[in-house]
Formats: sequence, C-alpha cells, structure tokens
Amino acid sequence: MSETLKETVGEVCRSVEFDRSRMIDVVREVQKRYGNVSGEAMELIARELKTHRVEVESVVSFYAFLSEMRQGKVVIRLCNDVIDRMHGADRVLAAFEEELGIRVGETTPDGEITLTTTACIGMSDQAPAALINDVVVNHLSSDLAREIVWELKQHGNPALLVKNLGDGNNASELVSAMVKNNIRHRGAVILSRAATGQGLETALAMTPAEVIRNVKTARLRGRGGAGFPTGMKWEFTRAGSAAERVIVCNADEGEPGTFKDRVILTECPDLMFEGMTIGAYAIGASLGIVYLRAEYAYLKRFLESVLDRRRSEGVLGRGICGLEGFDFDIRIQMGAGAYICGEETALLSSCEGVRGDPKNRPPFPAQKGYLGLPTSVNNVETLCCVARIMEHGPGWFTALGSEQSAGTKLLSISGDCKRSGVYELPLGIPLRELLKLAGAEDAQAIQVGGPSGQMVGPDAFDRTICYDDLSTGGSIMVFGPKRKILEVVDAFLEFFVEESCGYCTPCRVGNVLLKKAVAKLISGKGSQKDLAYLQSLAETVKKTSRCGLGQTSPNPVLSTLENFRSVYEEVLVAGEAGLQHDFELSRAVSQAARIAGRTSAHLHP
Amino acid sequence: MEKPRIATTSLAGCFGCHMSLLDIDARILDLAELVEFHKSPINDIKAFDQHCAVGLIEGGCCNEENVKVLREFRRNCDILVSVGDCAIMGGIPAMRNLVPLEECLQEAYLNGPTVFNPSKRIPNDPEIPLLLEKVYPCHEVVEIDYHLPGCPPPADTLWEALGALLKGNPIELSYELIKYD
Ligand SMILES: Cc1cc2nc3c(=O)[nH]c(=O)nc-3n(C[C@H](O)[C@H](O)[C@H](O)COP(=O)(O)O)c2cc1C
Ligand code: SF4
Ligand code: SF4
Ligand code: FES
Repeated sequence: MSETLKETVGEVCRSVEFDRSRMIDVVREVQKRYGNVSGEAMELIARELKTHRVEVESVVSFYAFLSEMRQGKVVIRLCNDVIDRMHGADRVLAAFEEELGIRVGETTPDGEITLTTTACIGMSDQAPAALINDVVVNHLSSDLAREIVWELKQHGNPALLVKNLGDGNNASELVSAMVKNNIRHRGAVILSRAATGQGLETALAMTPAEVIRNVKTARLRGRGGAGFPTGMKWEFTRAGSAAERVIVCNADEGEPGTFKDRVILTECPDLMFEGMTIGAYAIGASLGIVYLRAEYAYLKRFLESVLDRRRSEGVLGRGICGLEGFDFDIRIQMGAGAYICGEETALLSSCEGVRGDPKNRPPFPAQKGYLGLPTSVNNVETLCCVARIMEHGPGWFTALGSEQSAGTKLLSISGDCKRSGVYELPLGIPLRELLKLAGAEDAQAIQVGGPSGQMVGPDAFDRTICYDDLSTGGSIMVFGPKRKILEVVDAFLEFFVEESCGYCTPCRVGNVLLKKAVAKLISGKGSQKDLAYLQSLAETVKKTSRCGLGQTSPNPVLSTLENFRSVYEEVLVAGEAGLQHDFELSRAVSQAARIAGRTSAHLHP
Repeated sequence: MEKPRIATTSLAGCFGCHMSLLDIDARILDLAELVEFHKSPINDIKAFDQHCAVGLIEGGCCNEENVKVLREFRRNCDILVSVGDCAIMGGIPAMRNLVPLEECLQEAYLNGPTVFNPSKRIPNDPEIPLLLEKVYPCHEVVEIDYHLPGCPPPADTLWEALGALLKGNPIELSYELIKYD
C-alpha cells in the first residue's frame, strides 16, 4: 500500500476524530485530493474508522460526486435538466466534447479534465450552467464552452474562470462567484430587510413552549415542499424525555427548477441561522446541522464565516445572548450529489455517514432522527420565516398571504419567461399574476413544484399558489407554446430514474417502465391500451413506493394525462388493433436473415 | 347455446404448460362439456376457421413463425392469456438474449462440447423459420389480456382461471394458487 495514501487517509480520518458518522466528509476529502476513492483508499478508510470496506464502498457508489474510478483534476458537470436543454445545453455539451476531444462521461487522456452531466444545479435562472469543480459557470454558449476549455488547458485552475462577479454577496471575497441573485420581487418576510437579531431576543424572553405556540399561531407551514405545520413538528420533537435533540436545516435544494434557497443562503444567512437558533431553543437542541448540497459548495466558506461571526457576537455557542444554559452550535454538513438526500430521512442517513437511503417511518425523525436523537428537519426558508414571526409577531405574519396559507413564499421561476429569477410573493397569488410579473403570459404549460409537482395549462392560470391549491416548494417552470409536453415528461422521468435510490421495486423498476411507456407513445407506436397501461402503472408506482420520491415521480405522467390529454391522443398509432406496433418483425429477423443469407418467409403479417 | 371455443398453442415453450392443463385429470371431461377445443395441439386442428372466446398461449416468441401464430391468435380470439413464465417473460429460452445470435448458433451447432456435426453446417433449410434477434415475451408482440404465472402454472390455477373466464367472472385466484416458493 502506498505510504502517502495511507498517511493522507490517516490524517483525514483524524480530522473527524475517527467518527464513523462523518464518513461523507472523509470520502469527500479523499475524492478531492486524489480524484477518486480507490479500492485501496476504501480499505484504509474502513480500517481507520473501524468499519467494513463495503460500508465505505456503498457510500462511494451512491453519490454522484464520488467515484471509485479516477476522475480528472478538473470535473466539468454540465446541467442537462430540461430548462438548460431549452436554453441550448445540448450545443454547449457538443462544444465541450469537441474541444476536449472526449465524450460525456470520459476523462481526457492526460487525466486533466472529466466531462459529465448532472441534474439541476440550482442555476435554472441563468441556464445553461455548469459546475467546474466547485466553480459555477453560467449563461453558457458553445463559444463560451470552447473558451473555458482553452483556458483550462492553459492554467487548469477553475477559480480563474470567474470573470464578472455576480451581484450582492456573490461578489464578496469569500464567495467570488459569477452567480446572479436575480431577485425580482422582495416580499415583506424575507428579502425586504436584513436580519436584525430581534426575533432571537424576543424568543429567548419567552419559554420554549411560548415560542412554539407563536409559530403555531402564525400557522407557519414547511416551505420545503411537504407543507407540514412547523409548530407541530417542533412540539413533537420537544415531547419525550431525550437528553439531547437536534435541529437540521435542509439546504439540499434538489428539486429541479428550485433556486430560492441559494439566494437566501447568499443574502440572508443570518436570518436563517437566527431561525435555526430559535428552533433549537424551542425544541431544546444543542446541535444544529446545515445540510448543504454539494452543488452549493461555493457558499461554504462564506457560511462558515457567518457562523464564526455569530459565535463572536454571542448569538451562537455557549450561553447564547447571555442566557445561562442555552448552548447551541451549528456545523455544515456537505452533501455529495443526490436528490434523494433532500428527503428528510435520507438526509439524516447521509449526515450519519451512510448511503442516502430513506428510513422506515415510524419512528419519525421527531422521535428518532439523527443518530437516534429527536430531530427536527426544516427548510432554509421556513427557518427564515420563524425569525420574522418572532420579530413581528404571528398576527403580522398571518395578515400576509391567504386565509389558509399564511405568509409569503419564495418562488423560483425559470424557463420560457422574460424575467426568470426569485420572487417573494404573498401566498394565495393567482398563477396568472405571477406569469405576468415574470413575462410569461403566452405559456402553454407551467410545471408547479418541480418534476415531483404537477403540470397545468392555461385553464388553471386563475388558480392560486398556496398549500390548498397549487402547492410548491418554490419551483415554477414555464413552457412556451413551442415546447413538446411529452418530451418534458420524458425528461422528468429520466431524472427520477437517475435519482431513485433503488431501495424499493416500485420506484426503481416502475420509473424505468414509465419512461419506456412514454417513449413508446412519443415514437408514435402507442395505442389506447398503452395509455390505460401508463395511467395504471403510474398509479401503482405512486401508491406502492416507499418514500416521497417514488410517491411523486409519476406526477408528471398523471398530471399531463389529466391536463394535457390531447397531446397523448394526438400521437396514438393508427394501425391494426391488438398488435404492438413497436415490435417490427422485419427488424427482429434482420440479423438471422443476414446470417442465413435468405429472406423471411413470414414478413407479411 | 353454442359452446364457447378455446384455442391453445405452444410457441417457444416446452409443452410443460400444456401438460399442466392435462393435469386437471378427470376434469378434462367437464372442460370438454363446457367448451369446444378449436386450434390446439390437443386435437391437432392446424388453422383457425372460427372465432374463439379464449386463446391460451404457452411460450414466448423466438422465431418468425411464433410471431405469425401469435398474431393469428390475436385476430381470432377475444381474450388472450399468456400462460406460464415463458409466455410472460421469455423464460428459459430468453437466456439466449444475453448472447449475440450468431454466437448462439455457433455454440449450438458447431462449438458446443456435445455437438456432433460432421457437416460443420448450421441448418439453413428455407423451411426453418428465421430466429428473432432475441426471445420476446408475448405481450411485446401483441396485446395480452391476462397473465398466469408459474412454470408451469398448476393445473388448479389453470382450471380456476379458465372457468372464471368462460363464465365471464373476474379471475380471483386464492393465495395457494399463485404462490411459487
Ligand atoms: C425526494 C424528496 C426530495 C426533497 N428535497 C427537499 C429539498 O431539497 N429541500 C427541502 O427543504 N425539502 C425537501 N424535501 C422535503 C423534506 O423531506 C422535508 O419535508 C422538509 O425538509 C421539511 O422542512 P419544512 O417542513 O420546513 O418544509 C424533499 C422530499 C422528498 C420526498
Ligand atoms: S421510493 Fe424510490 S427513492 Fe424512495 S425508497 Fe423507494 S427506491 Fe428509494
Ligand atoms: S413456463 Fe415452464 S412449463 Fe411452461 S413452457 Fe415455459 S418452461 Fe415449459
Ligand atoms: S440549473 Fe439546470 S435546471 Fe436548474
């Protein structure tokens, strides 16, 4: 075994105090230094962390940002999600391939550059976008792609690719990114003013039970997608007699077309940390974890610095705000590229240093979460709302928004619209109004809530964005009149096929079958029976999958079958009933005919 | 009233499923009371000249003739049932799907350790149907209405299912009839 690898692994494992639950940090670091986690490295890591090699291997093979095969020193990850493709990602990819002289998935022969594609990296408002190691490059064109390759060949340093810094904190030294905030509308709760710290002070003057009561009175519901009442979640987490509890901030933001947490993390981290600290006080947690998606690694140094500053200001650490006995600190846990890790139980698995598989429920995280401790997982935006609710009172919050859905919502709008970006608007806003703001009045279809949400057409534009009507974690994708709906559905299914964790059969196999069934229809070979099959298969996957991914992955199919039925009916095959028209006898016997040197006797049906 | 007609065939199968049908023992007499057998290896009727209520298909499609027969069944039967694992998913014959067709033929007729073939020729009479590039389950070639799993499905399963189909009842098979371990 090579000595330096052994030393490096030893050093990396020591930096996490040989804590097995920090496996993701260990393998991420090894990957960073060597471009892979080799079998030899896995062996060494297993030995140092006193576990089995297969445990290490199962982690390395699970996450998109980790690999056993050596990757280039520079890895280009081009987003190939549907929004980027609409903006020409295919041409960008072709330019990268041509200029590098390799195909997607390959590494240049000198071992310098690897080219791959990835799902949404949270830059849909500046698509096409790519990650080059941790550096975001946006608004790509084929020319720009060629330039990037040319430059990388000169200096090999992705950081030097950053030319025009973005606005706000993107331009700060610790972020130094070309990312643009694209804040289009600042609402009352989050984006209009900087954090004041007032919310935390108010909260600490109350009992934890009073804090929870206020959050309940404000009728705050989770902003991450599922919309569970936050106060209730905290109450459950606080219940019971555990000596230690945990609050986790979900900054995985993996739902394609969502990028509003990116903007909060860049511009309002204090508000988020404040909300998290209030949450810790309310549920009685002393440990906080921010689970930050690997794609947002460019924000990590900046967020660490904010945490450091908060510690020095006495709003984090021991005896927060002078309150004896209220000790709470936050660490940032990096993800490693897996959509499923946004699902709260998978996220906890990932924090515990294992594959990001969802867990069985019950027990719920509120009962047994991170390392078995009662845990509350809350979205970035939810926590920001908490800070403001404590600052201005629940009445102020419920006065914003609609009867049933209090407060504002950050919406990420992308696709065929004039002004893509982040809009903070009161819940209950009609979709039509939103489209007007974004310059998307001619839209043919809107995907509300990302691939796991639903697709609606113009007859639904008077419906409202809120929990009881069109619910969304933030993703609003606009498809203009020329887009092909079935191709969008196909792209969404491809995403789910890629991202299924593989644990349960309905999702692992079902999504592949759904994609096949849609492909058959797209090819014009499907019949009415195939439509019925598609419907029933989608319902089966939805009903029988184990976690939220498989329970929502058929939504693109189900919602388009309902709202865009005609696009399916237009492509149905006209041929003889009862036959499968994607089976072609002439093609099926062509090999045998060539081998036998004669033609088929039965070619005529 | 005219008795409903049923037809059966064995495509790329081993006839095990047909044997299982015969395994209903004395009930075969009841069945003969209930239905009239049309095209089937059981009575050796070769061609359809009347429409049938039910067609039972054993085996998947491995060659062009299988496809032809299966399509005839589809045209001449109201209800088609894939009987047994070969019909449903290709079964044992589909193991060749992992090997390119040319290599399959070479292994079977030239290179296999037990092959005796002094002529060193792969049979190629015009009468021999051409093989498909892989073995297909029946539902990938025509629409299939029901699938009865098993290798073969037990006689009681066939009996119950056929009875329900002929009476127009929903097929409700008890756990014992569709449990395979
Ligand atoms: C497949 C899947 C992916 C998810 N991704 C995210 C995510 O990226 N961010 C998020 O906040 N919630 C995500 N969720 C929802 C979380 O499971 C959880 O409900 C949420 O983080 C709770 O916070 P909230 O109540 O504040 O919304 C996802 C759920 C599923 C099923
Ligand atoms: S539904 Fe999909 S993502 Fe969820 S556990 Fe099953 S396979 Fe994994
Ligand atoms: S399913 Fe079994 S019994 Fe029936 S044809 Fe195939 S191998 Fe023979
Ligand atoms: S960055 Fe490509 S779709 Fe979001």
